[in-house]
Amino acid sequence: MSVAEATAAPVKKVELFGKKERQIVKDPLWDNNPITLQVLGICSALAVTTSMKPTVVMCIALTAVLTGSNVIISLMRDFIPGKIRIIVMLSVISSLVILVDQMLKAFSYSMSKELSVFVSLIITNCIVMGRAEAFAMANKPWPSFLDGLGNALGYSVILLMIGFGRELLGSGALFGFKLIPQFMYDMGYVDMGLMITPPGAFILLGFIIWIQRESSKHYED
Amino acid sequence: MEELFSIATKAIFIENILLANFLGMCSFLACSKKIDTAVGLGFAVVFVLAVTTPVNWIITEYMLKDGALAWAGMPTVDLSFLQLICYIAIIAAMVQLVEMILDKFSPTLYNALGIFLPLIAVNCAILGTSLFMNTKGYGFVQSTVYGLTSGIGWLLAIVGMAAIRTKLQYSSLPPGLRGLGITMIITGLMAIGFMSFIGINI
Repeated sequence: MSVAEATAAPVKKVELFGKKERQIVKDPLWDNNPITLQVLGICSALAVTTSMKPTVVMCIALTAVLTGSNVIISLMRDFIPGKIRIIVMLSVISSLVILVDQMLKAFSYSMSKELSVFVSLIITNCIVMGRAEAFAMANKPWPSFLDGLGNALGYSVILLMIGFGRELLGSGALFGFKLIPQFMYDMGYVDMGLMITPPGAFILLGFIIWIQRESSKHYED
Repeated sequence: MEELFSIATKAIFIENILLANFLGMCSFLACSKKIDTAVGLGFAVVFVLAVTTPVNWIITEYMLKDGALAWAGMPTVDLSFLQLICYIAIIAAMVQLVEMILDKFSPTLYNALGIFLPLIAVNCAILGTSLFMNTKGYGFVQSTVYGLTSGIGWLLAIVGMAAIRTKLQYSSLPPGLRGLGITMIITGLMAIGFMSFIGINI
């Protein structure tokens, strides 16, 4: 008994970052990206990406909520009755979102004004519900944590790409610093106002999806 | 009356909940392949929005706002941090209620809407409209009109999209662009169309 335990313990420790675990984190980053392939969580991806700063804050907020909700729901998975699981998940997620929202209001009020209702809308972000339903309800806390982290990072990758493109093309800046020098404007360069507006976000995301699907060879018919 | 009309045109065309605020994208992308399902889901959203927005207004005004509990003798209580969890609970309960009422009184409509009704509980357009209604500081009647017309705007967008996608089946696209990619780009073009309403003031 004690021998078995002694041999079992180190094996478990190695599995903490075993091949399967690394796969769980790596897979959603590009090859099975939640936004471009699973078509989840697009709503908030577009509204906050006019510049890099709110984009980064949004990514951090979503990462916190998604990993937190995955771990909590995974811990509770044996006690949640199947019929009312949606409302249980919603209450876990909304409690976490309230926490994030209140922290943002306390420490960075101007940013919380800028993001307006979109932090609150993480509740109905399909990634959070989707991962809770598809992964956390059926797996142990540690893999669920990794799955949440991986999907949140995959979401962040796409969000940062959109934010980068929209701020650079739309206002010639990154994080508020001007990148396009003045003489370019003098020579007749004009910022692309379309990128700041909603249609710019849709079209840019459309192109990112195209590139992503070509590179991962995932085609729809 | 004039003000309500202005709210309505703004919610349907100028600040379209889907094309300008990006809300309700997930079900918009998933259910716009056929016109029938798009129309069914669209009407379900209109219905639920028209019910939940005023109910959430009442909840905010008489329970959650700072000092809103004065009628119960507790003028110093501020429950506004409970806003999100209350809204989502109301929405889930309302969706359930709408489902049961429809099942009882109009089984044909219930069958037509089918699985879309429960899905609406997690549609960001519903929660988003309640939150916007709150930040814009509307009164009861204005909130009702705002909720209803936001739904109509969403219905307009999804039906238009379904119509375009039906035609799109006959086009030859690069394989990586098929499905989601081209849908996003067309949504962008639709949004440009709707942007031409900007500046119209009634």
